[in-house]
Amino acid sequence: MTALLYILLAFIIGIAIWQITSIFNLKSVIATEKDNNTQGILFAAFGIFFYGLMIFCFWKYSVVLLPDSASVEGVRYDHLYMVTMLVILFVQAVTQFLLFYFAFKYRGINDRKALFYADSHKLEMIWTIVPAVVLAGLVLYGLSVWSDVMDSSDAENPLIIEVYAKQFQWEARYAGNDNQLGRGNVRNIKGINTMGVDMTDKNSLDDIPTRVLHLPKGRQIVFKFRSQDVLHSAFMPHFRAQMNCVPGMVTQFSFTPSITTLEMRKNEKTMAKVAGINKIRAEKGEDPYEFDYLLLCNKICGASHYTMQMKIIVQEEADFNTWLSSQKTIAEVVQEN
Amino acid sequence: MSDHHHKETFITKYVFSTDHKMISKQYLITGIFMGIIGVFMSMMFRLQIAWPDTSFSLIEAFLGSHQDGGVMSPDIYLAIVTIHGTIMVFFVLTAGLSGTFSNLLIPLQIGARDMASGFLNMVSYWLFFLSSVIMVSSLFVEAGPASAGWTIYPPLSALPQAIPGSGMGMTLWLISMAIFIASSLMGALNYIVTVINLRTVGMTMTRLPLTIWAFFVTAIIGVVSFPVLLSAALLLIFDRSFGTSFYLSDIFIQGEVLHYQGGSPVLFEHLFWFLGHPEVYIVILPAMGIVSEIIACNSRKPIFGYRAMIGSIISIAFLSTVVWGHHMFVSGMNPFLGSVFTFTTLLIAIPSAVKAFNWITTLWKGNLQMNPAMLFSIGFVSTFISGGLTGIVLGDSALDINVHDTYFVVAHFHLVMGVSAIYGMFAGVYHWFPKMYGRMMNKTLGYWHFWITAVAAYGVFFPMHFVGLAGLPRRYYANTAFPLFDDVADINILITLFAILGGAAQLIFLANFFISIYKGKKATQNPWKSNTLEWTTPIEHVHGNWPGEIPSVHRWPYDYSKPGQPKDYVSQITPLYEGEEES
Repeated sequence: MTALLYILLAFIIGIAIWQITSIFNLKSVIATEKDNNTQGILFAAFGIFFYGLMIFCFWKYSVVLLPDSASVEGVRYDHLYMVTMLVILFVQAVTQFLLFYFAFKYRGINDRKALFYADSHKLEMIWTIVPAVVLAGLVLYGLSVWSDVMDSSDAENPLIIEVYAKQFQWEARYAGNDNQLGRGNVRNIKGINTMGVDMTDKNSLDDIPTRVLHLPKGRQIVFKFRSQDVLHSAFMPHFRAQMNCVPGMVTQFSFTPSITTLEMRKNEKTMAKVAGINKIRAEKGEDPYEFDYLLLCNKICGASHYTMQMKIIVQEEADFNTWLSSQKTIAEVVQEN
Repeated sequence: MSDHHHKETFITKYVFSTDHKMISKQYLITGIFMGIIGVFMSMMFRLQIAWPDTSFSLIEAFLGSHQDGGVMSPDIYLAIVTIHGTIMVFFVLTAGLSGTFSNLLIPLQIGARDMASGFLNMVSYWLFFLSSVIMVSSLFVEAGPASAGWTIYPPLSALPQAIPGSGMGMTLWLISMAIFIASSLMGALNYIVTVINLRTVGMTMTRLPLTIWAFFVTAIIGVVSFPVLLSAALLLIFDRSFGTSFYLSDIFIQGEVLHYQGGSPVLFEHLFWFLGHPEVYIVILPAMGIVSEIIACNSRKPIFGYRAMIGSIISIAFLSTVVWGHHMFVSGMNPFLGSVFTFTTLLIAIPSAVKAFNWITTLWKGNLQMNPAMLFSIGFVSTFISGGLTGIVLGDSALDINVHDTYFVVAHFHLVMGVSAIYGMFAGVYHWFPKMYGRMMNKTLGYWHFWITAVAAYGVFFPMHFVGLAGLPRRYYANTAFPLFDDVADINILITLFAILGGAAQLIFLANFFISIYKGKKATQNPWKSNTLEWTTPIEHVHGNWPGEIPSVHRWPYDYSKPGQPKDYVSQITPLYEGEEES
């Protein structure tokens, strides 16, 4: 396949060079009726290529897309996305068709005169008002989803977790029994206290540090993000969640996980995607892959930006609580060292 | 202007020229040279993305100590991506596009002898040249050029400890851009003053070709927004060199706490995007103007909705200064601001839609002359629509959350401003080449150039949306650290193959361009049968443009195929016939 494309490439370059040598013999430099005809037909052909490429991509690549949202809020996101995509694809299909069709249909003929048509207030009103109305709908819908996602002030008993970014690693800290995070500042970083937790703050003592993010299903989680060096972005694509981590300030994002890791592994779309991945991995002789949620870094942060990640495990709330209670608090960790 | 025939030396004619036509050619050639570097860089990093860990002699040959056995290092990968963006956005699509065609066309199409200040114009070009030299020389710095992305967000861009490119490379980047901004401001002020003051008799604002409207409004946006980038860059220089804390606070890196306290990177983001977003319109508006002109001329029809086109240029320009926050929905800025910026951003889709529909309607019942410039103009409308529509996803704060900074964004902006603006630039070169060099470019090579480029551009950027929707972040050196992304590897290979095809197609253009300068067929005075004033000047350039009096203008520029006229075009200098009504 690849070799074929290389050959195709060489072929095209060959034609190009051949064309270059004949450049000076060509007398005509302005499109003739024959050129108009050929190029008009080529636009029709290009239109077919264009729709073909679109259809090919949707058919072939839909399997690589993210599976259904694993958060409650993300379900609304997905719906908004679907509605927007349908509008976009409809407009795309119609306008591109008109463009290529007109290019084909009205290709120049020598003794035809174009229609002198300079203005139509009616038409222009139509394509000002129709997009305005459609966009107004999308804006209102979008803003309702946005305020829903970004406003976590009405959360009942949310789980508070700090996500902490640094070159090129993620850490996290649960707020512990009091559900209050102790203060943190880079000036407190020392030895095992890698997140700079202020150990003189009584809220800090029961905080629980971790390198793998466990989340309970069905409970709203409020994430507080910090960074110790440069900008990072905590991107959790399966939950439709992202927020930058900014040195010197605390940022926030919130969602409610709705599908456990085990459930997601049995999701139809996930299984199709994983099967595809494992087919590729088997061909390369690599170990099979098992689905896991991830937190990735999505803001350029340095050489190893491309490796910076943390595993996320969503569990039933009871399992989560068991896990959390087995973890050491930061006070215990610091004391041990 | 009394003496147009003073003796010119080689230096005053070809080097330190104050003639706008020569300066325009200088911009174009410099822009093309920078474009070659920018595109070549994209070839190199596309190789890395498609085949990480594979050895390439090309990379071994070009990257010296930044590669190991033909595989580039992650640091230089980020550096190449950064400089590719910088060069393409600023040096090719701002200076190369706007600098070339504003300079060439403003005096010629409004009927002026030259720019308001020829001297300032010359200084503007030479500052641009200097900034290009500095930017290119930063490639040879030992630790590598700037690597924090073309958006140079601090703290990454401020701390050499964070990435080696933020040392000397970043310093040169900042110096180069500061000079670039000075150049750009001088150019823009000149354009504005020239359009306002030097229009010939009868050239009212509503008889200006849309090219001039686009260049004029672009210059205004530039004057409003570029100084803000300069101040952002200056504050960054202070933080880097003089220990201030405008953008930095609470930083612990490589085992030590830095002294910075109280600054915020979000401030930088606001300042940067206050230029950065208008910048995409600085890039695209001139292309829109060029395309409007070429589509009308080659359709042999008036541009549909001339006044609506002007109105949409002005409203796009106004709105472009109040949408910058849509780059920052997940920056940690107050979500309420996100709502405001969503609203203003989606508003901008309305004038954009008007423009797209007006272009399509201009084609309707036309008599399309398929010159290469026309092909690129139709291509422009296509990529502008394809790229513009996905802007509805990205401009919506809620939807942006999950596609922000993924390849979906890369696909979007490359189509809507990258490919589209380049198409506009190519269209302009093919169309006005006879005006610049007195010769014609080869038509057949132009056709090959367009069709290969058109197939390659969609082949690259359409599948790329899917890579982004799969969740792959941009600016990843490789996606081998995530089995999750193993299945996009094939798409990346396909994209790279199309990218190489597209890159190779530009060789056809280069050959055509440079050979035609010397060997192209001699041009006639008005080869495209156009109405605008530049085609009333002699083929051989004269200082002062018109050998005699500057002609006066009697009509708008779009009287193509007007009923009752003997020919299908009527030059703007033709007085109204008896009983004729002005369109």
